[in-house]
Amino acid sequence: MSEILVLVAHVDGAVRKPTLELLTLARRLGEPSAVVLGAGDAVVAIAAELGEYGAVKVYAADAAEFADYLVVPKVDGLEQIARAASPTAVLLTSSGEGKEIAARLALRIDSGIITDSVDVKPGENGPVATQSVFAASFTVDSTVSQGIPVITVKANATSPQPAQAAGTVENVIIAFSDAAKGTKVVSRTPRESSGRPELTEAAIVVSGGRGVGSAESFSVVEELADALGAAVGASRAAVDAGWYPHSNQVGQTGKTVSPQLYIANGISGAIQHRAGMQTSKTIAAVNKDSEAPIFELVDFGVVGDLFDVVPQLTAETKTRKS
Amino acid sequence: MGLRIVVTVKYVPDATGDRRFTEDTSTDRESVDGLLSELDEYAVEQALRIAESHADAEVAVVTVGPDDAMDALRKALSMGADKAVHVNDEDIHGTDAIGTSAILAKAIERTGYDLVVSGMASTDGTMGVVPALLAERLGVPQVTLVSEVTVEGTTVKGRREGDAATEQLEARLPAVVSVTDQSGEARYPSFKGIMAAKKKPVDSLDLDDLGIEAIEVGLGGAWTQVESISARPARTAGTIVRDEGAGGKQLAEFLATRKFI
Repeated sequence: MSEILVLVAHVDGAVRKPTLELLTLARRLGEPSAVVLGAGDAVVAIAAELGEYGAVKVYAADAAEFADYLVVPKVDGLEQIARAASPTAVLLTSSGEGKEIAARLALRIDSGIITDSVDVKPGENGPVATQSVFAASFTVDSTVSQGIPVITVKANATSPQPAQAAGTVENVIIAFSDAAKGTKVVSRTPRESSGRPELTEAAIVVSGGRGVGSAESFSVVEELADALGAAVGASRAAVDAGWYPHSNQVGQTGKTVSPQLYIANGISGAIQHRAGMQTSKTIAAVNKDSEAPIFELVDFGVVGDLFDVVPQLTAETKTRKS
Repeated sequence: MGLRIVVTVKYVPDATGDRRFTEDTSTDRESVDGLLSELDEYAVEQALRIAESHADAEVAVVTVGPDDAMDALRKALSMGADKAVHVNDEDIHGTDAIGTSAILAKAIERTGYDLVVSGMASTDGTMGVVPALLAERLGVPQVTLVSEVTVEGTTVKGRREGDAATEQLEARLPAVVSVTDQSGEARYPSFKGIMAAKKKPVDSLDLDDLGIEAIEVGLGGAWTQVESISARPARTAGTIVRDEGAGGKQLAEFLATRKFI
């Protein structure tokens, strides 16, 4: 069976959820092999988890370069493993770093690249990647016509399905290129954890916009998010006003999210915002203005004051969950 | 010669208008209004700020695109860039990101550079891979996705908002930098800037000038193939209720029927 390489995104010895989604997608295309770069001793635990989600092989390479220098060492590692394995496709997560690694790898192995896929399926001419473009107004299916398809996939493209496989670790020594030490990572400060799910990976996102009115009032949005176990998002208007950090901005110039459920509170739904959330599976909105464009997108909308509606929803959610 | 900065910019369809595809599956850049990609304005701004902090620096803006792409160059020149390079050739139509990076790399080398500054992504294709591809092709370090950038002597430093952490980066020039929309508001062109832009040099190049064969680029040279494009079906109209005291409970009921609570 053909081999599908999946580059594993891991932080502090833990596999990130989008990688498990990639393994699930990879099983449709062939036999998944995971590539773990720079995980140190954690590779044992990581390999076990990857095996649970279908990785037959786990290629593992460890070296200080992976953490000390930006992007290129990982490109070197993935390139060396891809050249040796000759896989049918290489899948990566559509994060900033994932896309940069994918692009440089594709160029080096003379292969086409498709980024930001929301689905990948087998096809007559190799894997077919589906993208949602122009603020989700079009769906495009593409294939790679040259080389080994290099495809990056957005979080929440599928839900991770366990499927026990061997997860046999194969250690690899990487010969780094001259370019590997070009950009030094002088220091790394982990982002402060809010205790909530990561915005781009969350199954539910609760967002606030201009209608929230102040930084303090965002607690209303946060309380609903916590009741639902959701991540908190914010519109550009709310971020520009300084009410919520930019790291939580959803939209064209912020994060693109595609959760199972998106609840927009006090957000009008300008194109800027829609570009970042339009592929959400279920959309709900609360807004005072019945003419707000967000209502054109919703499965369920409430025209009303969010300070009445949202606390009631939070209370009702808690009651039903307990 | 002082610091030579090259900014890559893209002319994109206006996101507030109707964006669409042509029959050959390429992005329609002819019959829709276009402009300088908003995310590239941040790149022009950072290039100008770096240039302003150096005694002897020059900012060139480079674009690959049709005749109308001149609008994007004019905007960058009126913001304060010194000169422009416009790569325009019928055979470029439909070129993918890999091919675009090949054209840009040649144009940048021909222009001469110590620092390349790009935006984090275009607002149309939104791939965000061109800066990394340029670094790979030019064989120089990438200091990408930074929200803060400084050049001191021959060192470029940046603060990258990485996937899981904030990273302080450092590399030697020449290098490729990409800046995020958090790097600082872009300036508006002044009237004087707009007038001055009309007299600034614009170098027009075609593929021949760059030594690139037509078969390497365009739709035919692309390494990916569009199989189908479909307009997203309009979302079926949802249920809209007016809050008369039970709006929150009604929404909770909806979420329960969809098994979210």
